[in-house]
Amino acid sequence: MLKISNLQARVESKEILRGINLEIKPGEIHAIMGPNGSGKSTLASVLAGREDYEVTAGTVEFNGKDLLDLAPEERAAEGIFLAFQYPVEIPGVTTINFLKTAINQIRKYHEKEPLDAAQFLKLMKEKAKSVKIDDQLLRRSLNEGFSGGEKKRNEIFQMAMLEPSLGILDETDSGLDIDALKIVAEGVNQLRSAERSFIVVTHYQRLLDYIVPDFVHVLYKGRIVKSGTKELALELEEKGYDWIKSEADALEASMV
Amino acid sequence: MSFQNIQAQFQAEFENIQKNLNGKRGSDFNTIRTKSFAQFQQLGIPTVKHEDWKYSNLKNLDKIQFSFNPKSSFSKSNLEVLPFASLAGISICFVNGVFNEQLSQLGNTPKIKVLTLEAAVEQIPDVIEKHYGKYIETDKEGLSALNNALSNSGSVVVIDENYVLESPIIIRYISDVKTADIAVNIHNLIVVGKHSEAKIVEIFQTEGEKTAFSNLVTEIFVDKEAIAHYYKIQDENDQSYHVGTTQVNQEDKSYFYSATITLNGGFVRNNLNLVLNGQYIDNHMYGLYIPNGKQHVDNHTLVDHKLPNCESNELYKGVLMDSSNGVFNGKIFVREDAQKTNAYQNCRNVITSDSATMNSKPQLEIWADDVKCSHGTTTGKLNDEAIFYMQSRGIPKPEAVRLQLLAFAEDVVSQIKIEELREMLDTMIENKLK
Repeated sequence: MLKISNLQARVESKEILRGINLEIKPGEIHAIMGPNGSGKSTLASVLAGREDYEVTAGTVEFNGKDLLDLAPEERAAEGIFLAFQYPVEIPGVTTINFLKTAINQIRKYHEKEPLDAAQFLKLMKEKAKSVKIDDQLLRRSLNEGFSGGEKKRNEIFQMAMLEPSLGILDETDSGLDIDALKIVAEGVNQLRSAERSFIVVTHYQRLLDYIVPDFVHVLYKGRIVKSGTKELALELEEKGYDWIKSEADALEASMV
Repeated sequence: MSFQNIQAQFQAEFENIQKNLNGKRGSDFNTIRTKSFAQFQQLGIPTVKHEDWKYSNLKNLDKIQFSFNPKSSFSKSNLEVLPFASLAGISICFVNGVFNEQLSQLGNTPKIKVLTLEAAVEQIPDVIEKHYGKYIETDKEGLSALNNALSNSGSVVVIDENYVLESPIIIRYISDVKTADIAVNIHNLIVVGKHSEAKIVEIFQTEGEKTAFSNLVTEIFVDKEAIAHYYKIQDENDQSYHVGTTQVNQEDKSYFYSATITLNGGFVRNNLNLVLNGQYIDNHMYGLYIPNGKQHVDNHTLVDHKLPNCESNELYKGVLMDSSNGVFNGKIFVREDAQKTNAYQNCRNVITSDSATMNSKPQLEIWADDVKCSHGTTTGKLNDEAIFYMQSRGIPKPEAVRLQLLAFAEDVVSQIKIEELREMLDTMIENKLK
């Protein structure tokens, strides 16, 4: 589904990704962990097409297409969804209106007829129920005045509505208390399927208690320095990142 | 800077009017005219050296040779194809400053008078005597003095006491500039009687591509416990000059609620002056301007709190595209006696191009000590992160920008109490922001 080869990216003159290789198959959940500043969020942003980053080398193939060649909205239409670490407040645009526009733009991309108001509302009600989000919240301006938990839940609701084939969760756990975290994780678990894959970017292991990954990768200084299964996350929780850093730094030094 | 050419044209027009007075030269009316013209000669046309005209330069006016109130063949079929033509209500229409009966639907009743100035002088001389020209200040603003001296037309709208008029009163101004550059001076008077309510809509439009210079004064008297809704809608061509002053006098416990919406216009200067001449007065002023190309839109507002316990509330919003210019100047005076005043002002602008400019200046002068006042002004680009957020959900960038601008404008449009007008404005704003 997704094949990242030697991906390198920078912001202004600062190299952040220095050769990422990662392959994700349908239905898999990959967790990306790592210390602060290791490039985790950058990877998520580059995949979604954020303009601030310049890709300097490498390729990303998504369902047979060159992902880096597509505009952010085309990536969304092809099935990529980024749940933001800091969802943006958009005054005056309700979540309902926003999603209706989004869904119909994506349908247009696939040369499908737009959903009419009744079809859209039916879909919305069904999905709102499945991720336990209050209807009233959706009638308000997008994320405006929402609590941290409400914003994150709204991200998951949007993901449920847009039904992507690859969901990327960028530190969705940050700022969430345990109850909110459980609700968000439950929402994600409901969306799991044999066709849908996830990249879960997180600093801490706790989210992975609830969204259990198939693979865990540790990112450090812009490279994946260790990969394993969910046990690796537990080991990181116990021992911190320092041992990984020393190992990686020693390896880098020996290669010079 | 000189305005010799244009001043000479106004001088000639003034003399022309005086010549044709037909024995009314000595009337009270004409005495005021003559005095006002002398004031105009002294004050002249404002230049950028004038603090209130610092960012709005009229210099190109001097290059134009104007016809004054020329005849026009503008007809019902021409009107029907213009925006807002189907807006329902009592209406009075002026084409090139001249009242056009065919395009008007006056619908006078004992409770409502919608008249031309000439008819009002005949039929309701006491109202004219009491209110006409009594609120506008001609000793400070040269163009207001000029208006007083040259205006020989306008509408007079009077709503009697204790009456709620549900359907709007539409004052429509058409500048027919298909063949000539024209100048018009119109002076209106609106009186909303005690404990009455009315909605007034002024609509400005042009037909043709030459220049119209419209110099307007609308005086509004809102009597005790009355409610006046006032909407000024501007959709004029890129050659036009519009200088309009709306002078409002509010009495005890009255309510004035305005929206000034500038869709199009080459050079627009709106003065909205509110004098709060009583207690427990409330007012809300909203504004929206969305200039593109080289359009220039300048809104000057003034609220004068003279007595205690009044509230004023102001929100102006602008979307500035291409090489357009915007100016906002909001003055609030709180006089020594005006304790317990609440006065709020906010001006917010979005600039969508590097060559657009916005000059925004709040001016609060407060002499009382027990008041709540605030002001704020912001000018910036749309948030890139918000655009990316929308794109990441499948919405192409131009559509993301448009959705956000529409939401931004809707804050003002949604305040309009006439649903039909709101819908018409939404469509026009959507089209312009495409």
